Amino acid sequence: MGADPPVTSTPAAVPQTAASVPAVVLTGLTKQFGRFAALRNVSAQFVAGKLYVILGENGAGKSTMLRAIAGLLRPTSGGVSVFGAEYGGPDSGRWIFGQLGYMAHPSLLYDEMSAMENLIYSARLYGVDDEARCAAAIALVGLDPGLKRPVGQYSQGMRQRTSLARALLHDPRLLLLDEPFSNVDVASARGMVQLLSRMRDSGKTVFVVTHQARLLAQAADEFVWIHSGNIESRVTTLDLEAVQ
Amino acid sequence: MSLPPAAIAAANPTRQAEPRVPKVLFVTLMKDLRLEWRSKDAINSMLFFALLVVVVFSFSFDPTGDDARRIAGGLIWVAFLFAAVVALNQTWAREIRNQVLDAYRVSTAPPNDLFLAKALGNFLFVTVLEVVMTPLFVVFYNLRVIGPAYLLPVIALLGTWALVVNGTFFAAISLRTRSREVMLPLILFPISIPALLGMVEATKIVLTGESSAKFWIVLLAVYDLVFTTVCLALFETVLNAE
Repeated sequence: MGADPPVTSTPAAVPQTAASVPAVVLTGLTKQFGRFAALRNVSAQFVAGKLYVILGENGAGKSTMLRAIAGLLRPTSGGVSVFGAEYGGPDSGRWIFGQLGYMAHPSLLYDEMSAMENLIYSARLYGVDDEARCAAAIALVGLDPGLKRPVGQYSQGMRQRTSLARALLHDPRLLLLDEPFSNVDVASARGMVQLLSRMRDSGKTVFVVTHQARLLAQAADEFVWIHSGNIESRVTTLDLEAVQ
Repeated sequence: MSLPPAAIAAANPTRQAEPRVPKVLFVTLMKDLRLEWRSKDAINSMLFFALLVVVVFSFSFDPTGDDARRIAGGLIWVAFLFAAVVALNQTWAREIRNQVLDAYRVSTAPPNDLFLAKALGNFLFVTVLEVVMTPLFVVFYNLRVIGPAYLLPVIALLGTWALVVNGTFFAAISLRTRSREVMLPLILFPISIPALLGMVEATKIVLTGESSAKFWIVLLAVYDLVFTTVCLALFETVLNAE
């Protein structure tokens, strides 16, 4: 990933139809941790219904950007709006959180509870009281909802898939996924890509931070290259040689 | 760059009011009780710690009946306070493993439901501790209540809530500090002094039957009210602190 990012189309703002409100708008987004600037004055618009792949070196600011979009980081300056509503804005409340599903690098799951117990609890945080829906979400990622073992005894790949099921559970319009394929076997990862493609086809907006860009070479609508805390380029096709 | 409300509404045809989640407090409390039932981390540590305090103190002093009644209030509450810190540290430790707390932060659930669920969970744990340990205190210190015994449960409930509401809040504050297990007592003990004084004095008065415990009980009630309000008002800020 040390090579210059491939530019197969001119970096440009994504065209926007009059009818569409962007799924995500970043306006001069800056995030500093002490003296280190993880994001530097990032401004971008991302239209709804696309699958975006966020690429870049370690420490480039990919996960920080995702966490800022998820509302988990307060920007040092600038702002984030999701479907037209800003965090902390007078009209947003906690409504924004109902629109997004977030999958982090850690699992966000209780190790002592089974996948089903984790999902039932998580669903109730969104006011969803439907165990069948939890079972369906687990089955959707290729796991057995009847598995009684605590998540702490799962393989890393199974935990990743359970974590994805948790993010999908409340049917969010925006999915923010940080390294969803890490430690997942190739067949399962391909299954996850197909699932994400179906999500995108159904109108959801999907952001995937990954170092395994090849998996998404066909499925993604746009590849967003981040370098030193800023968006360096946005391209529609991936130069496979550059991500060797 | 927030859009005008009309534009947001037009762009979000299915937008509704924030979902009402009246069950969040209850399900979070039940989740915590289930996790504790499986691990027994907090309750075992608290019981052993409190038991040690009782035994060590009983060897350190040789109290006669009167002396025992005068010092028992202090010993009991100091034992409960120290033991409660063990549970309070465990409360949030579970939430930072695998960053589970972030899952709550990005949900639509109200932050204060999380705080109240944690505080109620701790209240139950410390109450169980008190129910188990109080008979041991009575036996070890040969206690007999001279004043109005019916006030003891009232003092216990108010005092326990004073400990756990602040403890839960300050445990959340010290969550992201490097040495949080040391940090919690450093913050909690000084701010608990008025409540501790109220509990100890009220318990001593009831045990000895010397005067009225009304002032101390009212002090405890006011302390609970003020700190519960302050904690609820500030918890969202603490939860989202970086």
